[in-house]
Amino acid sequence: MSVIAHKNTILLKELVKTDFKLRYQGSVLGYLWAVLRPLLMFAILYIVFAKVLRFGGDIPHYPVYLLVGTVLWSFFAECTGQGIHSIEQRGDLIRKINFPKYIVVVSATSTAVINLLINLCVVVVFALLNGVEISWSWLLVLPSVIELYVLALGISLLLGTINIKFKDIGSIWDVLLQAMFYAVPVIYPITMVTAVSPAIAGIILTNPIAQVIQDVRYNMITKETVISWGYTGIWWSLASILIVVVVMVLAVLYFRKKSPYFAEEV
Amino acid sequence: MEKTVIKVTNLYKSFKLPTERAWGIKQALFNRLRGIKGFKRQKVLRGIDLEIKEGEFIGIVGKNGSGKSTLLKLLAKIYEPDKGSVEVNGRLVPFIELGVGFNPELTGRENIYMNGALLGFSNKEVDKMYKEIVEFAELEEFMDQKLKNYSSGMQVRLAFSIAIRANGDILLLDEVLAVGDEAFQRKCFAYFAKLKKEKKTVILVTHSMDSVQQFCSRAILVNDGKIEADGSPIEISQKYRELNFENGAQLSTEEKALVNQFIEVSGDAKVEKNKVLLNVHLKETAKMDDPAAVIRIYQEDGVMVYRWASDEKLKEPLDLSKKTTIKLELDNILPDGNFTVSVAVKSHDRASDYGTFNNITSFRINPRNAYIYDTFWKIPEKFSIKKGK
Repeated sequence: MSVIAHKNTILLKELVKTDFKLRYQGSVLGYLWAVLRPLLMFAILYIVFAKVLRFGGDIPHYPVYLLVGTVLWSFFAECTGQGIHSIEQRGDLIRKINFPKYIVVVSATSTAVINLLINLCVVVVFALLNGVEISWSWLLVLPSVIELYVLALGISLLLGTINIKFKDIGSIWDVLLQAMFYAVPVIYPITMVTAVSPAIAGIILTNPIAQVIQDVRYNMITKETVISWGYTGIWWSLASILIVVVVMVLAVLYFRKKSPYFAEEV
Repeated sequence: MEKTVIKVTNLYKSFKLPTERAWGIKQALFNRLRGIKGFKRQKVLRGIDLEIKEGEFIGIVGKNGSGKSTLLKLLAKIYEPDKGSVEVNGRLVPFIELGVGFNPELTGRENIYMNGALLGFSNKEVDKMYKEIVEFAELEEFMDQKLKNYSSGMQVRLAFSIAIRANGDILLLDEVLAVGDEAFQRKCFAYFAKLKKEKKTVILVTHSMDSVQQFCSRAILVNDGKIEADGSPIEISQKYRELNFENGAQLSTEEKALVNQFIEVSGDAKVEKNKVLLNVHLKETAKMDDPAAVIRIYQEDGVMVYRWASDEKLKEPLDLSKKTTIKLELDNILPDGNFTVSVAVKSHDRASDYGTFNNITSFRINPRNAYIYDTFWKIPEKFSIKKGK
């Protein structure tokens, strides 16, 4: 038995297809933008932080390290950004047709997933060009990415539901994302923090996003990466997984309670 | 015995209506602190029981805000009931609005598939319906065009074709009849007749009593969130008309005088079983030279159905120095509908116009027939049939 009924997968597919097609319609480079956007962002960050500010001087393959961080971060930001507004944006459908509401959220986040997959291919090419060696541990990237997606989906379901009633949530989340970008070691190496305050570094690493980014870097690029279970100990590091699970469970429960009333509230 | 396809039991539904703007956290906190709920409950449906059998063509009628659309949305499971239940047996295809989920940037073809998916059809099922939908919409050449390049009529046609060509067991239609040009409408009506013959279950929400009488096998009058009447289309459309009547249109108007510088006019009308009784009161306010009054009755569409002129019917000239009442007793051979009465006062030679008063009173004649095609107004007729050799 599959998790999603057959007719719902069709609808999901149709919505994702449409979203993806429409997003890049009318632009000269089309789908290429899906790859170009994070690459350009990476280029800016690279010039500012690696070349000008000289972050990450002693980290091997720092450009790839930085790219992995930006790719995963933009995935998380895009996923939640789209997801939170998805129910509100699809209000016209919800008001007039009965279908499982989660499809709206999942489809909105799917575009981000597709972009992530494309970007991960770019990362692989980059890594190989940069001389990173292929290893079996690359496969461990998958569970990390899934963990990140579950977190993003949970947040989308939860905040998307609240956002119907309190439109402020969308704006608050945008600001929160901005702040979180600096609370996650995307541009700066975590070693800069561990040197100053091990406690803060511990807190930073408990954040599931940071934990995922560090894990991916560890498994893909260099074993010299500080990862949460290595730094805070195995038990404490489980806290980040626990956060993801709690967010998801809360989200599902809340969403299930509220979704029958979306049609009249949205 | 036909099987029951929809069973509604003791259905209640209410909505929260925000009393103050509660959109936003600040306002919500504020309201909570002040002990204000921030909304009030609007009870829309209060205890609906309904059973629909396979093959019934049901018309749901009611005034605006009576709850009929809410009922339809509950049948389509778009809304969650407060209390009670809705059981549906079979595949229900709802058309609350035409072209839900239509995207102007997609082609006609893509939109059909999108719409199909929304209605719960698989691609294979849509493949099967596709040709019929396109043919019915008469849009064969335009399927690879983007929807934004369609005219609005074409969009409506496409949407409507999906609506009625979709292969469901139960079809829900909300006010979607008045679409397309005349030829297309006729086609839709023909299709309805076919659906009726095929014994498909159709639920139609409409304001058009003509469609109700033409297509439905049963009708339901919703008023104030309750089922006020459930019966034959004729019965229900009559009740619906009466209901509309109580609020707004009047059986006979109160006497209300209309005045100009020459004359004061008022009137009342009463409809009895076989008679229409009309009283027109006239009194001059300034001296008029040899006045004559002309009373006319107009049908709703402006067609004059009756005329009475004092100088043609009376031997003596009209003296209006005192209040004078012209009493008319007419045989009620009038067709059904609304009528208005107008009075014009002119000089006998028609040289001076002292005043024309439109709509001094109005009256209404309710349908007196059991069957819509049976006109009340009988034209004397002769006929014969000639057989070919």
